[in-house]
Amino acid sequence: MNWLADFFGDAGHWSGPDGIPVRLLEHLEFSAAAFLVAALIAVPLGMLIGHTGRGALLVVVAANAARALPTLGLLVLVVLLAGVGTVLPVLIPLIVLAVPPILVNTYEGVRGVDADLRDAAYGMGLRGRQVLFRTLTPVALPLILLGLRLAAIQVVSTATVAAFVGLGGLGRFIIDGLATKTYADVIGGAVLVAALALAVQFAFVLLDRVAVSPGVRQVR
Amino acid sequence: MITFEDVTKRYRDGTVAVDDLSLEVPTGAITVFVGPSGCGKTTSLRMINRMIDATSGRITLDGQDVREIDPPTLRRGIGYVIQQAGLFPHRKIVDNVATVPYLLGWSKKKARTRAMELLELVGLDPGLAGRYPFQLSGGQQQRVGVARALAADPPVLLMDEPFSAVDPIVRASLQDELLRLQSELRKTIVFVTHDIDEAVKLGDTVAVMRVGGRLAQMAGPATLLTEPADDFVREFLGRDRGIRRLSFISAKEVRLSPSPSDLVTDEDGRALGWRTADGLAAHGTFNPETDSLRVALDAALLSPNGTAVAVDEEGRVRGVAGRDAIDELLAEYAPPAAGRAPGGSSGGSSSGAGDSEGAPA
Ligand SMILES: Nc1ncnc2c1ncn2[C@@H]1O[C@H](COP(=O)(O)OP(=O)(O)OP(=O)(O)O)[C@@H](O)[C@H]1O
Ligand SMILES: [Mg+2]
Repeated sequence: MNWLADFFGDAGHWSGPDGIPVRLLEHLEFSAAAFLVAALIAVPLGMLIGHTGRGALLVVVAANAARALPTLGLLVLVVLLAGVGTVLPVLIPLIVLAVPPILVNTYEGVRGVDADLRDAAYGMGLRGRQVLFRTLTPVALPLILLGLRLAAIQVVSTATVAAFVGLGGLGRFIIDGLATKTYADVIGGAVLVAALALAVQFAFVLLDRVAVSPGVRQVR
Repeated sequence: MITFEDVTKRYRDGTVAVDDLSLEVPTGAITVFVGPSGCGKTTSLRMINRMIDATSGRITLDGQDVREIDPPTLRRGIGYVIQQAGLFPHRKIVDNVATVPYLLGWSKKKARTRAMELLELVGLDPGLAGRYPFQLSGGQQQRVGVARALAADPPVLLMDEPFSAVDPIVRASLQDELLRLQSELRKTIVFVTHDIDEAVKLGDTVAVMRVGGRLAQMAGPATLLTEPADDFVREFLGRDRGIRRLSFISAKEVRLSPSPSDLVTDEDGRALGWRTADGLAAHGTFNPETDSLRVALDAALLSPNGTAVAVDEEGRVRGVAGRDAIDELLAEYAPPAAGRAPGGSSGGSSSGAGDSEGAPA
């Protein structure tokens, strides 16, 4: 508890380029960028594969391969290839980390929609794209959001690694704290990362409330 | 009119689901496809709205080959009701019903107004409009399915076992509702079921199919019951064909006699029972205007003296019909003397087929 008081009670931690607000913002920037790119790749791809049934193998392979990849290892590899001090080496492992949960859940959600329902949609005269956007997607939305949430939490937690390659973010407190044996900083940084992950979780709960039809939420 | 001309459907795995089917579905009437499981009813139905395409042969809708019409456009002009209702879980009932109007580009207001009319038409409380499908009972969902199919007022309605997932009581009321609707709307309806009783109750024409998608017999229900084309159809129709056929004969023609003095009535003229030495005995009634000969016979059998009491809508006695009067009508509607098959069609193998010969004179 003392350490937490030391960390959060220190006025110096609340301003300047090393302050919490700046580090938090940096952290959010990496995370948001990686998350958005991953979502833009994985959601449409998952929807398309789930709808057409073509490329399902890709989902399985991508999911397993990515799961086996160590984030830190990938980071070091990309840094070696791209050089220290740029943002790209951090974004790539984060994106690679975020794509599988989104892809798998979106695919499963769309593919898992009741066959009778899909049939009824076509039978009413919806065209393929209308079936996807007006029926399959809204019904699959809880799973799609679940995938996005898992990805977002992972990205936010893992963005800490940016500090390893000399970039900012909340990881700085942890890495620098370890280096200088300032354990208050290490713990403070870790708590901030955890709080951020919780905040993301909460944001998705709200999003779920707003975006998912009550008719679908109840069915699940 | 919908016509099947030498239609065959062979699935990719080689299964011939429908084999050289030719038939005509008349406009403005209910045609039922009935037959054992797997005989190709669903396949036949779904070839009409091109959910499945025929391997060979032609299906025409008012003279036009359905293959010439783009499937979504074709389907928007054909109502389609399936077994599990298939309602969109994420949309409110009113929007489920308005699905096709929305697709046709109606304004939201017009589509919803129309949807509300339809909910009422199918006998649903308009208060359900704002609910989601999971908040409705199976029977209610099925009604919504019918309303949705009717929303854009299509001339043709395809129904694939729409009532088979609900309990018998709800099923009976949905069937009655469909008949009532049809008497108003006069749609061309193709109705698929494996339940012969449902087929006989609903169909103006019944097409009995056998496994392999071949047509065994197509006829009106009364004809089907009296003159099944072969053993397969006879067996499929089941027991009591003779009695069941009486459902298709109106009791209107039953000769009524004046009400005898031993029929006790109240001051409004409603029957209370038959006077006997031990007090009042039970009586059976039928309404000649709306009931069938089967109901009249049943009423006669319920009275100790074999006399049915004819009543009007209000239940007031209009006369009585003894078994002799009922038997006169039974004789008039006796099946044709010349059986189709050498084996004769009226006696059959069914022990219940006593037909009119068995009735007392
Ligand atoms: N997609 C398919 N691929 C291969 N065979 C199929 C396919 N769909 C149906 N069949 C087969 O075609 C035959 C007819 O099927 P269909 O669904 O038309 O029967 P049905 O009369 O509607 O039966 P039920 O009363 O059980 O619904 C069956 O033997 C069935 O197994
Ligand atoms: Mg079927």
